[in-house]
Amino acid sequence: MGEQACACEEKYKEIEEAIGEYKGDRSALIPLLQKTQRLFGYVPRAVQVKIAEELGIPLTDVYGTVTFYSFFSLKPKGKYNIQCCNGTACYVRGAPKVIERFEKELGIKAGDTTDDGKYSLQVVRCLGACGLSPTIMVNQDTHARMKPDKVPEVLKKYV
Amino acid sequence: MALVTLTIDGKKVEIEEGATVLEAARKAGIDIPTLCFLEDINEIGACRMCVVEVKGTKALQAACVYPVSNGLEVHTNTPLVRASRRLTLELLLSNHPYECPTCIRNLNCELQALAEKLGIREVRVPGIREEFKVDDSTPSIVRDPNKCILCRRCVAVCEQIQGIKAVAPMNRGFKSVVTTAFQQPMADVSCVLCGQCTLVCPVGALYEHDDIDKVWKALADPDKHVIVQTAPATRVTVGEMFGMEPGTISTGKMVAALRRLGFNPVFDTDFAADLTILEEGSELIERLEHGGKLPLITSCSPGWIKFIEHFYPDLLDHLSTCKSPQQMFGAIAKTYYAQKVGVDPSKIVVVSIMPCTAKKFECRRPEMNSSGFQDVDYVLTTREFGRMVKQAGIDWNSLPEEEYDDPLGVSTGAGAIFGATGGVMEAALRTAYELVTGKTLERLDYNEVRGLEGIKEATVDFDGLQVKVAVAHTLSNARKILDRVKAGEVNYHFIEIMACPGGCLGGGGQPIPTNTEIRKKRMAAIYEVDKNMPLRKSHENPAVKMLYEEFLGKPLSHKSHELLHTHYTPRPKY
Repeated sequence: MGEQACACEEKYKEIEEAIGEYKGDRSALIPLLQKTQRLFGYVPRAVQVKIAEELGIPLTDVYGTVTFYSFFSLKPKGKYNIQCCNGTACYVRGAPKVIERFEKELGIKAGDTTDDGKYSLQVVRCLGACGLSPTIMVNQDTHARMKPDKVPEVLKKYV
Repeated sequence: MALVTLTIDGKKVEIEEGATVLEAARKAGIDIPTLCFLEDINEIGACRMCVVEVKGTKALQAACVYPVSNGLEVHTNTPLVRASRRLTLELLLSNHPYECPTCIRNLNCELQALAEKLGIREVRVPGIREEFKVDDSTPSIVRDPNKCILCRRCVAVCEQIQGIKAVAPMNRGFKSVVTTAFQQPMADVSCVLCGQCTLVCPVGALYEHDDIDKVWKALADPDKHVIVQTAPATRVTVGEMFGMEPGTISTGKMVAALRRLGFNPVFDTDFAADLTILEEGSELIERLEHGGKLPLITSCSPGWIKFIEHFYPDLLDHLSTCKSPQQMFGAIAKTYYAQKVGVDPSKIVVVSIMPCTAKKFECRRPEMNSSGFQDVDYVLTTREFGRMVKQAGIDWNSLPEEEYDDPLGVSTGAGAIFGATGGVMEAALRTAYELVTGKTLERLDYNEVRGLEGIKEATVDFDGLQVKVAVAHTLSNARKILDRVKAGEVNYHFIEIMACPGGCLGGGGQPIPTNTEIRKKRMAAIYEVDKNMPLRKSHENPAVKMLYEEFLGKPLSHKSHELLHTHYTPRPKY
């Protein structure tokens, strides 16, 4: 379905098996989407269709869920996924300026991935670390009390 | 069920346990404004228009979902309630285009009416507005998310009544939008174009694709011979466009209005409905006698046809090959009628007045060109027809009652009842009984297939031959019946399915509002039309008999197959 070529045949096999175990069980939607996201780094359209078909739910429910939660993405994520918190605490302590700086440094808009597939930039809320605000996460690492000027320094750690 | 007593605005109200504050208030004659609420279908307390004060609770409560209890004290008109409702409405308006005078729902818009009711003269909050693309990809329905207030009524109808959910809310917060999966154009998803969403949309976010201007143009062209057909269900609903009571029979006025608009002659789809019965009844008898595919399923409702093509393509050979009455009419008009009056069919323009948005799609199907031309050129919904009459400055109330023209305006009561769920079945049984048994049917009314029950079943005695029939309306009921057929749990011979609740009288192109109460009144009117017809069996229609004698030969003849029958196309589910 127009997905980019990758060594994903095995991944598809794995997810299809997982979906197959939950035939007709609509409550399996979110766990299956989580598994897909972990496996592929995003939720491919073909997998969404498969989930709808096997769970017996409308495709709009699958797509609606994927677009509702910021944990899921429709596009492949980069090697380093930068999540900038823009929740209330981070927002008032200057998160928008941090996000702006990331966009400038990476040459992409929030929600996108750099052409070399290295960095993805995401705006999320809330990471649950308001005491460290503004907070960002790069993959599993947390960076506290971010400032725009700290952005290049953070990026240097992920090459 | 136990009764509970509560107080609303100082008034004692007694109501069944389990009812909501909104229901109790309505019972007591107290008006609480609602916007997202749609009885039995969308009761989610999302829009917050119906908030009330409930003594002992901290926050305002949504009356449409708050359950009653003994001793509950509710206030519906306090400064806090008024301020909250106003602010909610202002916030909705801040994200709504101010295009009222040019909006298709001008003067029939629930948001507009509420703004007037609450006396909003100023919107204090300047809103951020997302810009969305208008989806006009189908010939039937236009979707304008810019006007959407996210009430979710369309989603609820599509999911619960039609069992499809072609649209649903996507994204969140300011970016929320009701749209299709992957935000594809409506034409590319398994929307069946029934238009039920256009009936329940409180604003102008979902509406019929308007073809009025094309029809005006044809009428103004001296080179064109513009004829019109009116669907069975339109005669009992069109009056509502002019403030008449639901259930008013307006056949004569509708004919008069069409003549004044310039249609000449004015014909009737009821004629083609009778013709459909001859063909479909014969098809049923043939399948019964020669071991054809059973159950035979009706094919009049284009929303239903698109549904089975998308969702049950493996059952397509159960469908009657008969075209719908609208399409039979078009094919006969541009062949038989053209010859009869000596008009070149290329000059004939066939316009349909239909209760249906899916008919606009049906007339453009590539199979519907049996005459060598597009058999039906333009479809106008009941709503568009009503607007056209208004545009022409015709005073509906002072119109006389006029008659349809011959020969394609001649019909029977059997044709008329096509407009109600169960009607096609009843009409078919009236004819099939007499054709099979050779006897005269004593009791014409098949009450067991009438009414608003979702699925109706009956066994009819054809002189020893027990014919098992079923009738379903709405596509969620169609799904239930098809699943049973697939599982081999039922052994019906004949099934009637209509996409819309109540059948065509509740069609997606009918006047707004359309609800259960209104559907019941329209249904009573349809059976009244039938009762008052001198002829009530399709095979007794003299114009249909003449058509067979002069042109078609007999039902299921070669010519009938060429002009009146069709085939179906499997379509993808996603």
